[in-house]
Amino acid sequence: MYLLTFIVKRLLWLVPSVFGIIVITFVISHVIPADPVRLAAGDTATPEQVAALREELGFDRPLVVQLWYYVQNLVQGDLGESLFTGRPVVEDLLGRLPATIELTLVAMIFSIVVGIPLGVVSALRRNSLLDHVVRIVTVSGLAIASFWLGIMLQLAFAMHFDWLPLGGRFDGFPPPTVTGFLLIDTLIDGDWEGFGNAFSHLLLPALTLAFPALATIVRFTRAGVLDVIQSPYVLHERAMGFPPSVIVWKYVLRNALVATVTQIGLLFGILLAGAVVIEAVFDWPGLGYYAVNSIVMSDYNAVLGFTVWAGVIYMLVNLAVDVVLVLIDPRRSAA
Amino acid sequence: MPPLLSVAGLRVGFDTDAGRAQVLDGVNLEIGRGEVVGLVGESGCGKTTLARSILGILPRPPAVIESGRIDLDGTDLLTLPARAMNDAIRGRRITYIPQDPLGSLNPVFRVGTQIMELMKWKSPDGKARRGRWPGLFTPYPHKRRRADRARVLEALRAVQIPDPEAALRKYPHQFSGGQRQRLVIAMALLTEPRLIIADEPTTALDVTIQAQILALLRRLVKERGISVLFTTHDLGTAYELCDRIVVMYAGQEVESAPIDRFFAHPAHPYTRRLLESLPRPDGSVREIPGEIPGLVHPPGGCRFHPRCPNAGSECGEHRPPVDMPEAGHALRCYHPDPMEPPR
Ligand SMILES: Nc1ncnc2c1ncn2[C@@H]1O[C@H](COP(=O)(O)OP(=O)(O)O)[C@@H](O)[C@H]1O
Ligand code: SF4
Ligand SMILES: [Mg+2]
Repeated sequence: MYLLTFIVKRLLWLVPSVFGIIVITFVISHVIPADPVRLAAGDTATPEQVAALREELGFDRPLVVQLWYYVQNLVQGDLGESLFTGRPVVEDLLGRLPATIELTLVAMIFSIVVGIPLGVVSALRRNSLLDHVVRIVTVSGLAIASFWLGIMLQLAFAMHFDWLPLGGRFDGFPPPTVTGFLLIDTLIDGDWEGFGNAFSHLLLPALTLAFPALATIVRFTRAGVLDVIQSPYVLHERAMGFPPSVIVWKYVLRNALVATVTQIGLLFGILLAGAVVIEAVFDWPGLGYYAVNSIVMSDYNAVLGFTVWAGVIYMLVNLAVDVVLVLIDPRRSAA
Repeated sequence: MPPLLSVAGLRVGFDTDAGRAQVLDGVNLEIGRGEVVGLVGESGCGKTTLARSILGILPRPPAVIESGRIDLDGTDLLTLPARAMNDAIRGRRITYIPQDPLGSLNPVFRVGTQIMELMKWKSPDGKARRGRWPGLFTPYPHKRRRADRARVLEALRAVQIPDPEAALRKYPHQFSGGQRQRLVIAMALLTEPRLIIADEPTTALDVTIQAQILALLRRLVKERGISVLFTTHDLGTAYELCDRIVVMYAGQEVESAPIDRFFAHPAHPYTRRLLESLPRPDGSVREIPGEIPGLVHPPGGCRFHPRCPNAGSECGEHRPPVDMPEAGHALRCYHPDPMEPPR
């Protein structure tokens, strides 16, 4: 019951937050010295034609009025039209959404499934060889720029060894769309070869994206476990002869995960930003790639639309994280 | 009949940056069946180290067990394989009552989950050996679970937890400090151990609750014939709970006597200082002169000699042998005080 009111309250908070994001993005995109109308009109347009287009798009009106219209449309699910594709931004976004979600989710799941056990084991075998190797990997995970890592992986596994494709999401015709996730759609189609095809395309970008997230998860899990195994309740459990594996993987881990899960929420923002870069490097037809193009082209509705989407997702993920935290640690529900 | 527990010549060191600290210097201790023994000494004298040595949960490193024996019912615990120690001794033959009642239950699991976990592994009805399953996936047979749950409810009633059924569904933070201490006492009794190690179990509680809980603990262990090693820096609480008191100074046991004899005829100079340092009726406290020695380069022989008014030249050279002025009263001192009650 508590959880339900908590969720509803947080969802209501989403509204002013999204509004804040829109205002900020709106202002920023209007103060940057680029003229989207001139770009959209093309090199050969006369000043009169540009002025006419400006009026048609409503760019001649005061900023506040433009904002008002934008919000009004947004409420009806209309994010305006892209100046370049000429299609509704909502359609463009929805069309690319599955590619990005698939990439981000696979990266996230990979970093959680590998990162948490790795963090636990390196905490238990503190200062062992494994712990040192893990430390080197995590430090580099946080220090190395994603685009550089992506390009290096391409050079090694796509160019030099030629084991994996250089970029793109699928060779040939994709399977019939059910979920939009190729890994799942190929399976639904019973197309194992297609699954391998999709998987081989996904591997490098997902690993590149996962690397910094993996590093963060390992680091926080390790620190959390080290902290928790010092606690009096673990001493009590050990003194009472609980099996060591039960102590570690049940009683220690759940406490240690509080720090990790909090980080996962923050990480998601980093992952979304990372996806923008990585999709460009790997030619991945997702939202990030779309956002980069829109920014380069000053495709102003598209940029706004992407920002709103990213903001909402980010907030939803953090809401989910807070719910999980309450489920992990009941003391939070009292606060 | 041999004592239930006998610790003989136990030497334990801790490796620190400054060198090895000799924390236990050949400690001897015996606990009879059903006997409640108080291990008394100032903070830092090695009570917790001795308690954890018996439980086999010293952090190694930095701790090093250099020599000695710990026998429980004829089994040398120090040579027992780690697995057997965990499966058959800890939680079954020896249980533990922790010092810090607020922090000693896992905050993110229901009390019932934690107690039933204990029963899953340590129920008197269950086998001491774990099967092939990794711990997490070991099933908990339904029939035993039901029987264990009945035991648990009864134990919670025995330690006077109101509404035991509801208590099992609560989280630790929903209980007061005193109630949490009752819960860990219930856990220590539930598996029908031979020996309970209670490491300063009530120091964190206020005095009235402390007295209630000590009285309850004493009644429950006496009813069940369980032996207790109770560590404390406070002679007053030891007096309320114990049959016999062992005094330790800087990692050496110096005197041991049944409770009446102990307070009537203390003989070791350190014991007497300790008794004199108890708060007087007028509220004043007399400090023991001098400082607790560092343990990396401890004083030789009797470690009390730098502070001892009776010390002679032999005191710094060899540790005095055990003397028995009366049956049950053991003393290690070259120049004991006359055995009169202290003022
Ligand atoms: N993990 C450790 N590392 C180094 N020294 C320790 C450690 N644990 C305890 N000691 C030292 O051992 C001595 C005895 O400590 P302890 O057994 O906790 O005493 P008590 O319980 O009587 O207060 C102290 O001098 C303490 O500094
Ligand atoms: S007289 Fe000697 S042996 Fe006895 S306590 Fe003093 S120093 Fe130790
Ligand atoms: Mg202690």
